[in-house]
Amino acid sequence: MSLVPLPSVLLLACAWLALGVIGLARARSLTLVAKVLFPAGAAIGLAVAAVALMAIASPPTETVLPLGLPDLPFHFRLDSLSAFFLAILGLVSAGVSTFAAGYLRKGEGTPPGLQCLYYHVFLASMALVLVADDAYAFMVMWETMALSSFFLVTSDHRIAEIRRAGYLYLLIAHIGALSILLCFGVLQGGTGDYTFANMRAQSLPPFWATIGFLLALLGFGAKAGILPLHVWLPEAHPAAPSPVSALMSAVMLKTAVYGLLRVTFDLLHAQVWWWGVLALAIGLATALFGVVFSAVQSDMKRLLAYSSIENIGFIVVGFGLTVTFQAYEMRSLAALALTATLYHCLNHAYFKSLLFLATGSVLHATKERALGKLGGLIHKMPWVAWLALVGALAIAGLPPLNGFVSEWLLLQAFLFTPGLPDGYLNMFIPVAAAAVALAAALSGYVMVKFYGVIFLGQPREERLTEAHDAGPWERVGLVWLAAGCVTLGVVPVQVISLIDHVTGPLVGRTLAETATGSWLLLAPIETDRASYSPLVVLLGIVVATFAVWFAVRRVYHGRVRRAPAWDCGFPLQTPRMQDTAEGFGMPVRHVFEPFFRMTRELPSPFDRAPRYRVIVEDHLWHWCYLPVARWVERLTAIVAVLQRGRISVYLTYSFVTLLLLLLFVR
Amino acid sequence: MITAAFANQIINLFAAVMLLLAFAMLAQRRVLSLIDLFAMQGLVLTLSTGFVAYTTGQTHLWFSAGITFALKVVLLPWILYRLIRQLDVKWDVEGLINIPTTMLIGIVLVILSFNVALPISQIAGTITKGTLGIALASVLLAFLMMITRSKAVPQVIGFLAMENGLFFAATAATYGMPMVVELGIALDVLVGVVILGVFFFQIRERFDSLDIRHLEKLKEE
Repeated sequence: MSLVPLPSVLLLACAWLALGVIGLARARSLTLVAKVLFPAGAAIGLAVAAVALMAIASPPTETVLPLGLPDLPFHFRLDSLSAFFLAILGLVSAGVSTFAAGYLRKGEGTPPGLQCLYYHVFLASMALVLVADDAYAFMVMWETMALSSFFLVTSDHRIAEIRRAGYLYLLIAHIGALSILLCFGVLQGGTGDYTFANMRAQSLPPFWATIGFLLALLGFGAKAGILPLHVWLPEAHPAAPSPVSALMSAVMLKTAVYGLLRVTFDLLHAQVWWWGVLALAIGLATALFGVVFSAVQSDMKRLLAYSSIENIGFIVVGFGLTVTFQAYEMRSLAALALTATLYHCLNHAYFKSLLFLATGSVLHATKERALGKLGGLIHKMPWVAWLALVGALAIAGLPPLNGFVSEWLLLQAFLFTPGLPDGYLNMFIPVAAAAVALAAALSGYVMVKFYGVIFLGQPREERLTEAHDAGPWERVGLVWLAAGCVTLGVVPVQVISLIDHVTGPLVGRTLAETATGSWLLLAPIETDRASYSPLVVLLGIVVATFAVWFAVRRVYHGRVRRAPAWDCGFPLQTPRMQDTAEGFGMPVRHVFEPFFRMTRELPSPFDRAPRYRVIVEDHLWHWCYLPVARWVERLTAIVAVLQRGRISVYLTYSFVTLLLLLLFVR
Repeated sequence: MITAAFANQIINLFAAVMLLLAFAMLAQRRVLSLIDLFAMQGLVLTLSTGFVAYTTGQTHLWFSAGITFALKVVLLPWILYRLIRQLDVKWDVEGLINIPTTMLIGIVLVILSFNVALPISQIAGTITKGTLGIALASVLLAFLMMITRSKAVPQVIGFLAMENGLFFAATAATYGMPMVVELGIALDVLVGVVILGVFFFQIRERFDSLDIRHLEKLKEE
């Protein structure tokens, strides 16, 4: 192959930056930005994906760029782990950029050219984070990523709520970045050399390795949105424009997963079993928390944001399992769990970006984000509705789509655990498996709510009848992502053979070495115990659908009549009487009541204008964040006493300081 | 050729005049007179620097004296006069602390600075070493003036007078700072005055007055 992967990736990232700069130069020209620059960005995304897919199977390549500070050049390295995540970035961003070409409108906050700059800087910085090979380059790119996404989140900066969301995001991003920086400080082991190659060469004592791991978990966890550092996620994702939410949820959260994997399996050598258990517990809590909260949301983008938290929870669970298995040297199970983790990263990137983009189309068509004011859009927006259905089914984990494969693999990894040498763990892990299954089932429930309330039923508002379907660019983007969901679900064996190139170097074993299935049949351990053939399932579904359709058409043909539905003897029905988002989420709210902090306003029977309001809040916000905020406020109040706003007082401060110093040196 | 003892007497005379002028500025209520006093201080500084240059034969001190004259006797008073004419602020200055109290504090400061400067002047081998305490005192007195005035223009004059004291201290202790530093400081002072002049207009536009107590409103509650 004449194409050298790493330089091509760097060149493509530069091309993204160049697109951004062109956008900046022609900031007001919407046609240029939307119809030329964004499609070009999508093409670059495809190229990145192609290069990454080629590089995934080839040995690591390294390069040193003479950029950065004197005597501190940027190191870059492209290995299979980087290539895998680059492939996610390229494939998903191709779809998202295409969608954005049709999504950009005039007069929405930041001018299009500036958005184009932030967007492409964001893409380029993510690509460079993934190939960075020293702490310096990594942190520079990581911060660029945080800042550019901050500006993207605050695109509509005239709205106070969005500014607030952006601030919270930036704050937590910086706490995370600090923690990552400290982690690299620990990993270099006092040598003062911050290249990853040096960190790999260090063998840290267990205590310092643990400190490094915990700092990495905290730092990357803040970016990924694990409990209790998730609070920025449900604020920032809805605030951002839809393509940006899609990109943040689909790719940016994955860079955090990448960092976690890089530190834990590549830079640190020996894992300790309880690291995995800790990650497992945090991941479980995150997954359950996310899904339960997404069930009670009444804003469609917030619902998806909580669902992202849930999926990150799954990924962290898989990561925790991998660490535990690896610590006990059960390499084939570690390979299985890691495959499930990586597969889920890929899947989540696809279906979550698909759903976020679909909400973007709905938002543009209806100007409405509240679920309570939508409904019946499948008639007006068939393209968006049917493509969103693919995403919703995938995220709910139904075969033959991709969500099923990774969740199934994850549960398989759980089911093969009884071999663990620790008795307590053996008891704990089935409970964890049950919790994962619960979260997966609830996510199905959430998707029924999401899809049903938005697209099915009747329009709850008059103006929804004027909604229009997505434009051609948006359709292409959605179709690309939906096709990915289907493909990843149908050919898991081939995808896993790609992922094997990643798991091999990290845990020392690949799934292909243990799996006994053929190209058609996915059997992670043995065919006798569990196997899954998506093509057969797909075939079954297709056959059953045709059989039913055929039967209905043939057997019942001519006997179909349209009549008004029975109104239960109550003729005055309006579309607003349909099951609402709140009503649908009510059972979950009831069952999981201790999770929430609810304030409800129930109207009295004599109320002339009855209003029902329920505000669901997060306990963690009140338990962890508000005390810290109050404490900071009290400290600043003390400092504010010094600040009188009077120049003579300030001058007196320096005067007194000067006098004291003079007396002191005497 | 003049004797060292005589030279010392002359320099002490200049130092005494410096201190006297610093006290006069502290007590002066009229802005225009304040500028005159500042110009006089600059003149004394020029003369003393020139005298030191003459007696010690340090050529670069002649340049310093020249710069001091051009800047502090001619240019800055002229800029300030013009500013005051444009801003129409010839009124009396009302102090935050009354004049007698200020003078008493000033005396305490002088005693303190002599006390502080004593060990340093013993080390210094220059003919001007006795004046270090006075130089320090005029720095502190100018600082005190900045604190006690409530109008913006006298504060700027206080700032400039402080620089005078600093310059005097430098000549007193080490026959002047290196030329580069001196040029730098001269430029800084000039730029500072220009910027503050712009600020005067801004403050007046905003508050219809140059009273800096209005700036307290800018504080966040």
